[in-house]
Amino acid sequence: MVVFDKPKALADAPFHYCPGCTHGIVHRLVAESIDELGCEGRTVGVAPVGCSVFAYNYFNCDMIQAPHGRAPAVATGVKRAKPENMVFTYQGDGDLAAIGTAETVHVGARGENITIIFINNAIYGMTGGQMAPTTLPGQVSTTSPYGRNIKIQGHPIRICEMLSTLDGTAYAERVSVDSFKNIKKAKSAIKKAFEIQQAGLGFSIVEVLSTCPTNWGKTPTEALEWLRTDMIPYYPLGVYKDITAKGENRHV
Amino acid sequence: MAKVLMKGNEVVAEAAIRSGCRLFFGYPITPQTEISETLAKRMPQVDGLCLQAESEVAAINMVLGASAAGARVLTSSSSPGISLKSEGISYMVGSDLPCVIVNVQRGGPGLGGIQPSQADYYQATKALGHGDMHLIVLAPASIQEVADLTMEAFDLADIYRMPVMILADGALGQMMEPVNFESRPSRQIPEKTWAAGGHGDKRKNNIINSLYIQPDELENMVVERFKRYAEIAEKEVKHEEYLTDDADIVLVSYGITARISKSAVNMARANGIKVGLFRPITLWPFPSKAIHAIGKKTKAILTVELNMGQMVSDVKLAVENACPVEFYGRTGGMLPSVEEVYKKIATMAAELK
Repeated sequence: MVVFDKPKALADAPFHYCPGCTHGIVHRLVAESIDELGCEGRTVGVAPVGCSVFAYNYFNCDMIQAPHGRAPAVATGVKRAKPENMVFTYQGDGDLAAIGTAETVHVGARGENITIIFINNAIYGMTGGQMAPTTLPGQVSTTSPYGRNIKIQGHPIRICEMLSTLDGTAYAERVSVDSFKNIKKAKSAIKKAFEIQQAGLGFSIVEVLSTCPTNWGKTPTEALEWLRTDMIPYYPLGVYKDITAKGENRHV
Repeated sequence: MAKVLMKGNEVVAEAAIRSGCRLFFGYPITPQTEISETLAKRMPQVDGLCLQAESEVAAINMVLGASAAGARVLTSSSSPGISLKSEGISYMVGSDLPCVIVNVQRGGPGLGGIQPSQADYYQATKALGHGDMHLIVLAPASIQEVADLTMEAFDLADIYRMPVMILADGALGQMMEPVNFESRPSRQIPEKTWAAGGHGDKRKNNIINSLYIQPDELENMVVERFKRYAEIAEKEVKHEEYLTDDADIVLVSYGITARISKSAVNMARANGIKVGLFRPITLWPFPSKAIHAIGKKTKAILTVELNMGQMVSDVKLAVENACPVEFYGRTGGMLPSVEEVYKKIATMAAELK
């Protein structure tokens, strides 16, 4: 009896990700959710520019590779052409929170019935460790070699908090994949985001705090520890908006 | 069907609907805003959608997504907005995605002006985006042709899997002429088996992508695309000639300028100067062979444009020094008068004697 298998929606292709990178975990959670909802045949994924650009090779649903930051606009086009499709984007922090900020904010404002999986690892991975919009104050990167100085480079953006202020956002949750417990929670959040789209309730986003051991200059375990000690305090986990909930999380 | 009096921009909208286009993504900019205003009214009447994007950048990427999902889709803008769309246009070319893009040109560079211009000729025919690429570029000269070429553009886009641009100008966008939308001979449109609109558990997944990290793979993709371009250059070039048979001087101009040039040709003929007009309808592919033939039988060519001289370089390349090629143009939104063009013709005619 098979008790643990590769999700059907995950392609049989070797990941190009670095050792210790958490993209692989999140890919799996997305694929598991697609399998459980039985929606692979009508799902269209939109890959970003960045480390996860090759996401189009890793899922068995139809895939589109978007220009840098434009995945939410591309997803809008797909969804408006074929509203019956389940449409998700998979984007990193540079893609979503810097060059694609306008596209991101406006899918929220329009209540575009799509789901964004947002990987926040506080750095540009693909280009080799430059400062991201989510790089923490004081964090060293190749373009903030003395640590991010908020007087020069400004402050990080808290995406879930910002998007939860928009009326069209149905669901915004920040999760982490640093531990088994948190991975389980991340899975529930991703599946819930898809269910919210399936119900036609509006825009959903799951922000996943992730690690980049290579560009952080840490071992995989040190990276997970840094995520817990430094990232989570700045980017608190939790549900920022859930219009299906009763009580305090409905509007934060 | 009876002719109706319509504005060029409205005609683009109506022609798109009659071509089966049910999705429009755009952003307001003068002098083309009536296209989206018309579609905002018309699309809901035909179960279509006209969506105002947050920017031209977002609009072209919505077009990319809708096209990738297999839909016929339109966007329109004017010069500064086309610059913003160029990123998405390049990605659509690299992903072999069809769409129709309308540029109702205004003066530039920068914010420029809002009056008619043809200053985006180089951009449209040579550099609409980064990389080795072309779009089919169609240049209507009347409101009827705006209708015909818009409908043609959707077919060409689907047949060759590439974006097609209607290169109009502020005058064509704003002026009114009688038009009818009679049915054209329909072309064979291939089925979109490549579309990524959900595989329905019936086929392997489709991937729409412009990234080829291996240089030999990318080279192959580009070379294959250029084979398609060669086929288009073979089959789809269009131009119109007026009184060129016995002409000593042939004017070459397109779009609204061709209308002014035609009047100047008539004025010159009335004054005993043998002049003709050559009007490219496809700006890419450029009617180089036909212009080369003209260059060999006429004494001189005059290119007339609403810019500082752009198409004239393609005319010179086509003519290959077979005869002198001169240029007359106004820019910044200024239109030459018929008399101005005639004066230039008369000067050239005097020099030929």
